[in-house]
Amino acid sequence: MTPAPNSPSDSVGSRREPKRRRAWDEVPRWQIYLPLSVYLVFTLIPFYWIMLFALRPAGSTSLVPWPLTLEHFDKVWTERAFGTYFQNSVLVGLATLVMTTLVALAGGYALARFDFRVKRWFMLALLCSQFVPGALMLVPLFEIFAKLQMINSLGSVIIAETVFQLPLSMILISNFIKNVPYSLEEQAWVDGCSRFRAFCAVVLPLLRPGLIAVGSFAFVHSWNHFLFALMFLSNQELQTIPVGLNTLMSADSVDLGALAAGGIIAAVPVVIVFAFIQKWLITGFSAGAVKG
Amino acid sequence: MAQAAAVAKPPAPPAPRGRRRGSSTPRGLPYLLIAPAVLLMLGFIAYPVLSVFYYSLQHYNPTKPWRDGFAGLDNFVHAFTEDPLFWDTLGFSAKWVVVEVGLQLLFGLALALIVNQTFVGRAMGRALVFSPWAVSGVLTSVIWVLLFNSQTGITRYLADLGIGSYGTSWLSDTATVFPAAIVADLWRGVPFFAILILADLQSVSKDLYEAAEVDGAGKVRQFLHITLPHLKDAIVLSTLLRMVWEFNNVDLLYTLTGGGPAGETTTLPLYVATTSVDAHNFGYASALTTVAFVILLFCSVLYLRLSKFGGDSK
Repeated sequence: MTPAPNSPSDSVGSRREPKRRRAWDEVPRWQIYLPLSVYLVFTLIPFYWIMLFALRPAGSTSLVPWPLTLEHFDKVWTERAFGTYFQNSVLVGLATLVMTTLVALAGGYALARFDFRVKRWFMLALLCSQFVPGALMLVPLFEIFAKLQMINSLGSVIIAETVFQLPLSMILISNFIKNVPYSLEEQAWVDGCSRFRAFCAVVLPLLRPGLIAVGSFAFVHSWNHFLFALMFLSNQELQTIPVGLNTLMSADSVDLGALAAGGIIAAVPVVIVFAFIQKWLITGFSAGAVKG
Repeated sequence: MAQAAAVAKPPAPPAPRGRRRGSSTPRGLPYLLIAPAVLLMLGFIAYPVLSVFYYSLQHYNPTKPWRDGFAGLDNFVHAFTEDPLFWDTLGFSAKWVVVEVGLQLLFGLALALIVNQTFVGRAMGRALVFSPWAVSGVLTSVIWVLLFNSQTGITRYLADLGIGSYGTSWLSDTATVFPAAIVADLWRGVPFFAILILADLQSVSKDLYEAAEVDGAGKVRQFLHITLPHLKDAIVLSTLLRMVWEFNNVDLLYTLTGGGPAGETTTLPLYVATTSVDAHNFGYASALTTVAFVILLFCSVLYLRLSKFGGDSK
């Protein structure tokens, strides 16, 4: 906007500005709210439904969860061992998060800051590996972990989850690092920092949003994914939450209340993570996923 | 880049190391940095892929070890000529991927355009309509099993309104299981597409719309001539990725329908999973996997072409 010292032209300018914006921006309100409400109903009814089953007494067909009861939660947590499953899932999720982030950080830095001979091949391998389906690799992976004597240890699931999370994480992190000006690092070297110290002191703090996004993806993915745990862990003590849910669903007589309560328990950590990282999600995506 | 480095080096000799310690970085550093990733991917992706190819030529079934041994192309011949389920799963995979991703794209685009407008309550609206995206395949199954339950599900209340009938779950009826599974997966998949498209929508320059407005272009023409062309690349690439993902993902169907009723909802990867996990027929499962790889290979080549991998990336 041009600076206008005298008031008449100022008022003209300010009247014009919103008018022009309204011209292309304005869509009739009902064209926004009507479809959005319809979609919102479709989105929210399923959530309401699971709350309903989890909170009303068994056998009730009431459409309001009243009288409220926590019996289903109590049941799945103790009788159905969801307490143990929860611990296992947390362990797998956190370990996957740490491993994925560290390995992807190292590799992503190499991709962002160096030109080396096999780089193109490495990038190609990363892209291609996105098309390799984990579910189709169950048999050979099972054999490998059997040879390593890691069947029935959470380590097998952690490694498998990390490996399939790694390519996308590395592409994302290298894109985030590319956005940090190289000159900042060089400046730190001039000041006498080693390459590693310069990285820790200058680049790492600027990467925090990116690392949070990548780490959360890794956590949520391994929290939700269930085939690896189903295949590699036959010991019930070691099972994770999604496998527990699958067991509840495929039982001969399905306990719907327990199923709903188990589902809500499964959702809680994910909801917390997403509430926490929401504002970084879209940036994270536009930085990496589409371009990658 | 490489050229610039080569040019920059010769003048450096007077102070090759002391000037700044960053440049004294050992030449092997990038290789050291990618080593953990390379080792993990070689051991747990590349090697398994190769063993799948190897097993596909073997009879290999832990429950029937007396049959084990070299099979040649038997497994493939069996799949293509003797196993009607194989062709059914291929057909269902195609139907599933095309319908599911097509609808996700359509609704996702519409949703993104809506929440890209400025309106009161936008942040809240976005958070709510995007929320199912965070829900996993298994949890989606739990939710829709509850909704489709014939006794206490929402289908019972819909039957009161004359939609559907009492008694049978939509998931156990061959006539309704496909649309039911589609709706369940759409619930979670549309927000994903909407988020991707929204991210790209926000980078469209508003000047373009203002210019179009001045030239007298209406809303529809602005959408067709500015918005769509801008979104084209992102839409093509994410659609392709999403198709691969929907093809590969077995969590939802495995737990929602188990592939049933009567194999009506078994995709090829789901068939592989059940053949290996439940039937322990590892050789045959590996042959089916190989077929799936060939299909995926075609998709990856297409993806690399479209994303212009050979072009500018440094």
